Amino acid sequence: MVSLIVNGKPQSLDVHPDTPLLWVLRETLGLTGTKFGCGISQCGACTVHVDGRPVRSCTTPVSQVAGKKVTTIEGLSANSSHPLQQAWIAEQVPQCGYCQSGQIMAAAALLAAKRRPSDQDIDTAMSSHICRCGTYQRIRRAIHRAARMMGAEA
Amino acid sequence: MSKTTTLSRRSFLQVSAAAGGGLMVGFYLPGLVKQAKAQAGVFSPNIWLRIAPDDTVTIMVTQLEMGQGAMTGLPMMLAEELDADWNKVKLEWVGANLAYANPNMRGTQVTTASQSVRGYWKPLREAGAAARLMLVTAAAQTWGVPENSLSTEKSVVLHAASGRRLRYGELVEKAASLPVPQQVTLRDPKDFRLLGQSLTRLDLKEKVNGSAVFGLDVKVPNMLVARILRCPVFQGKVASVNSDKARAVPGVRHVVQVGSVDTGAPDGFAGTTRAPAQGVAVVADTYWAATKGLQALEVKWDEGSLATLNSEDIRRRMAEAAERPGAVARNDGDFDQALAGAAKQFEAVYELPYLAHATMEPMNCTADVRPDGCDVWVSTQTQTFCHRAAVRITGLPPDRVKIHTTYVGGGFGRRGEGDYVAEAVEVSKAVGRPVQVVWTREDDMQHDYYRPVTYVRYWAALDQSGMPIGWKARVVQPSIFSRFNPRALEEMRGVDNISVGGIAGMRYTVPNRRAEYVYFEPGVPIGFWRAPGGSVSGFITESFADELAVAAGKDPYEFRRQLLDKEPRLRGALDLAAEKAGWGKPLPRGRFRGISAQDSVGSFLAQVAEVSVAPDGKVRVHRVVCAVDCGWVINPDNIQAQVEGGIIFGLTAALYGEITIRNGRVVQGNFHDYPMLRMNEAPVVEVHIVPSTEAPGGIGEASTPQIAAAVTNAIFAATGKRIRRLPIRAADLRRA
Repeated sequence: MVSLIVNGKPQSLDVHPDTPLLWVLRETLGLTGTKFGCGISQCGACTVHVDGRPVRSCTTPVSQVAGKKVTTIEGLSANSSHPLQQAWIAEQVPQCGYCQSGQIMAAAALLAAKRRPSDQDIDTAMSSHICRCGTYQRIRRAIHRAARMMGAEA
Repeated sequence: MSKTTTLSRRSFLQVSAAAGGGLMVGFYLPGLVKQAKAQAGVFSPNIWLRIAPDDTVTIMVTQLEMGQGAMTGLPMMLAEELDADWNKVKLEWVGANLAYANPNMRGTQVTTASQSVRGYWKPLREAGAAARLMLVTAAAQTWGVPENSLSTEKSVVLHAASGRRLRYGELVEKAASLPVPQQVTLRDPKDFRLLGQSLTRLDLKEKVNGSAVFGLDVKVPNMLVARILRCPVFQGKVASVNSDKARAVPGVRHVVQVGSVDTGAPDGFAGTTRAPAQGVAVVADTYWAATKGLQALEVKWDEGSLATLNSEDIRRRMAEAAERPGAVARNDGDFDQALAGAAKQFEAVYELPYLAHATMEPMNCTADVRPDGCDVWVSTQTQTFCHRAAVRITGLPPDRVKIHTTYVGGGFGRRGEGDYVAEAVEVSKAVGRPVQVVWTREDDMQHDYYRPVTYVRYWAALDQSGMPIGWKARVVQPSIFSRFNPRALEEMRGVDNISVGGIAGMRYTVPNRRAEYVYFEPGVPIGFWRAPGGSVSGFITESFADELAVAAGKDPYEFRRQLLDKEPRLRGALDLAAEKAGWGKPLPRGRFRGISAQDSVGSFLAQVAEVSVAPDGKVRVHRVVCAVDCGWVINPDNIQAQVEGGIIFGLTAALYGEITIRNGRVVQGNFHDYPMLRMNEAPVVEVHIVPSTEAPGGIGEASTPQIAAAVTNAIFAATGKRIRRLPIRAADLRRA
């Protein structure tokens, strides 16, 4: 048994301890918003937060997050209300959409650490993610927009 | 001026009163579907729209939404002519159904070749216009006033003289009893209300909160997960399997061989359903159990005749093949005579590698084969071919096989293939339970249908002023059409138009020109890759045009402009791109511009790239300005998004894209050795739309072809070095 907290809810799961967190989220818990892209931490589609930090769930054994807090795209906000989610729609970012859960989770970790990121900060935080549809400049705009929204709220 | 169209074409209009008093309007292609009929709460699927008494307009989504905006743009066209309240539009996805075959795609329901708007704009607009006309007639009869005294707006019919109004929902019952109009008038583009607006795409909310269901997100009760170990060599076979250790892994339920079922003859121009290599499936309770089972599997392969195939050999054999004349795709004037009399002759060779699609979502498919029926959940660009494959493998009657379309994490042509669908159906049939076949990134990259390798020789004859009077190309490339139809080349007089069409159709005015095609087939599986022909011909033609401009001592923009005097649309795009890019104006130190122009999928585009080359040869693309004329515009923001994305896609290929073959296997396996452009490398892309009232062109594949040459032409401006072989290699540009 592995115990962890997922999107605020304690879970005790009967899974093999070396199972990647990604597949526990997707198959065991049905949280399919977190995506499988490469399996080797190259693309970022599987990014979730572990204790607030962005982590590649495809190469993280579930045993490594025992007792920790995991947040997935489904737990980022109620009703898609996170400023990043709103900004993603306002800037019409997604095309196929497959990578965007991971992109948003990485951006959320960035904004939590840095309220008004520069272009350089965004490059540093986001360039480990791949978007095959090529939405990069819209992602950049959306992060800046969300930062402004969050600044206005504060 | 408005266009009046007769509702004949090959389409008939069907109207019937729906259960609950709704109005249904739609077209169907005779002979393909049964008569439209309504059942309780369920409507016959040959219907484009449904209006309910509560004013809800339900529009059918027939095309795959893969990010190109089809599920917003197509309904917008219907809603435009209907004058529907966009806020009351609902969408309903349809699965495989030939009633929705694309008129431009040989009677198949496919989302390929940037043909969604081009194929469906007319039937969708006609469907909306016809429904609106019937609603107006219903209101006119209700009020006893002439139809021409009425107008419509946001799902309401208005009588201005009396101020009376009726909602569409109030008119559906009466409208449903009216005869079908024989003619409809389509709106003049200048009168568009919805079209031309950047409406928010309807798929976005689901895509930012994780709720969008992609193929891999499908979960069916009692479902097992399968991974497949495929022979690493193309066309290889299973010699023997020892599955004892795999079966001993906890959670593993079955081990079955796949890819040996003969699914019959290919399906015309797309949709061979048999995987190019045989494999063994490990079927388990979970992905991780299947993975461990796969690792424990012991398989001996019969690698077959391709086990010694290497990229170096392929390249050498293509160069040899290019020595011989090919089948003639175009022959204007007399090139040989022009060359003999030329003031100057010019010759160059261009080469492009195999490319993988690398969609973000690896291939996958979920199938549930039962004795009495089969359901398939799949992100596919070709519902029709998935359906045919499942019917063929299960042996079930066609109406017992259902295809359920999901969202898709990238298509780019890869999801026009049926191999992964055939696998899932085969495995589910073998184990008697629903099965989801999951490909890893490595499976996906090493068992793709690649954009074909290409070798092109080019010759030109120049006059005294340096302008081309003769132009000849010889294209050596595997034939995609031949894969689907062994007699394709015979039927097309030796010419595959995907390979040579773009080059033969090159828009520059040159009096003597000849295009040849040399068939060459080394055995690597090939297929459609975002702009399959254009992404090749764009690089080659626009590189060569640039070389000739340099040889003539002319400005590359002015040179092209002069040769496009009979091509106003392409020249218009070229002019706009040059103007917006500031062509000829000073740039920051170390930056240089390159230009290219080519039509693609019925649209006309030009691009200017701003590039710098570091001392170590590393290329940086800072800015790309693109002008696009794609006819009248549906959703400007979506055009921008598609052009932006298409440029990043083409730039990724130009800078990094190369699949190499060693011992019959693909060398690359994941994003570390088949890299993608990332945010820190991505240029700013500016998109400018040329105003137009022409019929719409495609957009999904429009902007990929031009970017490679725009960049390599800028590299030439920066370094004096001409890139004739992709991808661009930093080592070739390193300063000594």
